[in-house]
Amino acid sequence: MNAVPDSEIVPERVLHESSYLHEGFTLRSWLLTRDHKRIALLYLISITGFFFIGGAAATLIRLELMTPAGDVVDAETYNKLFTAHGVIMVWFFLIPSIPATLGNFLIPLMIGAREVAFPRLNLASWYIYTLGGIFVVATLIAGGVDTGWTFYTPFSTLFSNTNVVLAVIGVFVVGFSSILTGLNFIVTVHRLRTPGMTWFKLPLFVWAHYATSLILVLATPVLAMTLSLVVFERLTHIGIFDPALGGDPLLFQHLFWFYSHPAVYIMVLPAMGVASEIIPCFARKRVFGYRMMAYAIFGIAIIGFLVWGHHMFVSGQSLYASIAFSLLSFLVAIPSAIKVFNWTATLYKGSITLSAPMLYILGFVGLFTIGGLTGLFLAATALDVHLTDTYFVVAHFHYIMVGGTVMAYLGGLHFWWPKIVGRLYPETWARIAAVTIFIGFNLTFFPQYLLGAQGMPRRYHEYPARFQLLNEVSSSGAVILGIGYLLPLAYLPWAMLRGRRSSANPWGATGLEWQTPSPPPQENFATTLQVIRIPYDYHPATESAESQA
Amino acid sequence: MSVPAEHFATAEDQRQAAELGMWVFLTTELMFFAPLFLGYAYNRWAYASAFAEASRHTDVVIGTVNTAILLTSSLFMALAVRATQLGHRRPTQVFLLVTATLGAIFLGLKGLEYAHEWDEHLVPWLDFRFAPGNAHGAALFYYLYFGMTGLHATHLTIGIAMACVFAFRLRTQPAQHLRNQIETGALYWHFVDAIWVFLYPILYLVNRHG
Repeated sequence: MNAVPDSEIVPERVLHESSYLHEGFTLRSWLLTRDHKRIALLYLISITGFFFIGGAAATLIRLELMTPAGDVVDAETYNKLFTAHGVIMVWFFLIPSIPATLGNFLIPLMIGAREVAFPRLNLASWYIYTLGGIFVVATLIAGGVDTGWTFYTPFSTLFSNTNVVLAVIGVFVVGFSSILTGLNFIVTVHRLRTPGMTWFKLPLFVWAHYATSLILVLATPVLAMTLSLVVFERLTHIGIFDPALGGDPLLFQHLFWFYSHPAVYIMVLPAMGVASEIIPCFARKRVFGYRMMAYAIFGIAIIGFLVWGHHMFVSGQSLYASIAFSLLSFLVAIPSAIKVFNWTATLYKGSITLSAPMLYILGFVGLFTIGGLTGLFLAATALDVHLTDTYFVVAHFHYIMVGGTVMAYLGGLHFWWPKIVGRLYPETWARIAAVTIFIGFNLTFFPQYLLGAQGMPRRYHEYPARFQLLNEVSSSGAVILGIGYLLPLAYLPWAMLRGRRSSANPWGATGLEWQTPSPPPQENFATTLQVIRIPYDYHPATESAESQA
Repeated sequence: MSVPAEHFATAEDQRQAAELGMWVFLTTELMFFAPLFLGYAYNRWAYASAFAEASRHTDVVIGTVNTAILLTSSLFMALAVRATQLGHRRPTQVFLLVTATLGAIFLGLKGLEYAHEWDEHLVPWLDFRFAPGNAHGAALFYYLYFGMTGLHATHLTIGIAMACVFAFRLRTQPAQHLRNQIETGALYWHFVDAIWVFLYPILYLVNRHG
């Protein structure tokens, strides 16, 4: 079955060459651009590079864990590998992934604007990202860092003999690119909506990015200062985190997780936004409970700020603090569940097309649900004592971040690829890749739940022989997952050059971004749009009464 | 009013966007200072007597004079904003330069204070000497003292440079053209001032007569 009706295919000669891609072909026209669409592509290239560097570290980790003995790399190298994997994947791929690429490209288009509010700042944020990236690459070249991505004190301040300062500076710098992106999105959504685009006509993708931006601007500066204090403490041996110097390591953990727990929502809220665009489109139905979806996004963002202590149940923090954090962590499951129920209700009685973006997003919903439910295990204080620092935790957050965010990111990339490059990706290959990634992912990470429940600790390069079978399954799954990720890397660039031409709206979708040519002209829209229709106006039955109001 | 950038419908839209952008930026700035305030709060509880003792070694006279200077500078910054709104170029220029000068005097006095503290061996990682018993907590106090006032001084330096650039640009441009920049710059200046309003009591006035 072909997801794209032939009537949607436009002959090549009809298309005029005046898109943002044709506004200059020199390197300079890209590196000095202020066009949000070009900056999105700059980000796309950079984060893809880091995704594969981080992936290479993951490959070596899984290779080492094929056998119980520590035979491929020694313990110290292994520590450096999982640290590099964590630092790169969290700060240089997952945090910028959907916001900096799809968000940058689509938010102005979705609200009918010609640009983000501060175009120069937008370009600056990419340069800051690149500078941070240089520091991290320099860290790797200098020999890596072995503290884990969490940089826990006093190990990071007093004991580690690796390049902590270099790595921390990289993370510090890249944080400011997140802050500027968040600032830009907030002002853009407030000030540049086209006439008639009221808050409750905004696509949920925009709502999700607005909430994400609030987290970015409120949480990231706290990490920046905390990491500065770590560097100071390491260099001067005076500080507030190291007990030997009169400080308190719990203070570091509180400050670190005050950022790093909301950071999980920085990663997953945009993914939810992507899902909320794709599911209604391929179910041909209005999204179920639009307002509740918007409120749930904010519920998650706000409660997400109040749960950081669940990372510290075994740290020695007060029992009463643990109880409060545990309750609040359970609370965050409510808005998350509302979203899953509403996506399911949107599918109910829809006329569903299982195109590639839809396959990715259905994968996202399922994997996010499993990741979320296992999060409840970890939020229970008594159970968490058993599961802390085991592979159960590793499996849980990979289900959210890789199964959730990466699946949604790829789904969104496919869905909007015709808009971004003006050509269709090969549907069959894309479906094969989606299924391959889904299978590979589950084979890699589901065994880790079992390993964790049996007590296998994380962050060791060797393990008792009885864990070998499940580790072999996990490593084999990682091979399939790796192949799955290489497929889009091959066919998406191919589609950019050789794919069939796409019309302005190949999916028959409702968002404003589909009302301008693919790829869009530099100024996005020829005229200022006036929004009358309700969002996700897919079902003919809803077309009558509400949209006329 | 100046011509708005092409993605804004009107100059007023652009002005509002700039103002909101600055407010969001100041929020991030506040969160950037936050771990220092939390670190201070925690350690003041953990080392109550050492913090009180260390605080008595700060120069309360300079601190108080500096507070007055900075608050006065904010007054002149507010006058500069009003003068821009009314389109009075020369007064705007004068008010901006007075603001910058007051900021510079603050930094000069602060430098003098740092020099005294250096002489009294109060710089934590460089030959720190303090009465035994409280030395540990006092070192943390001065670590936070230099961290917070140093970061504040860095911000103030940026603010002074900004005010000077605006005053310089006013030589060739009418006040209305710089209205957005001066208004948002003034928000930043007041923010830096407000941070000091909190630093002054927690660093200089802790239990000074106790």
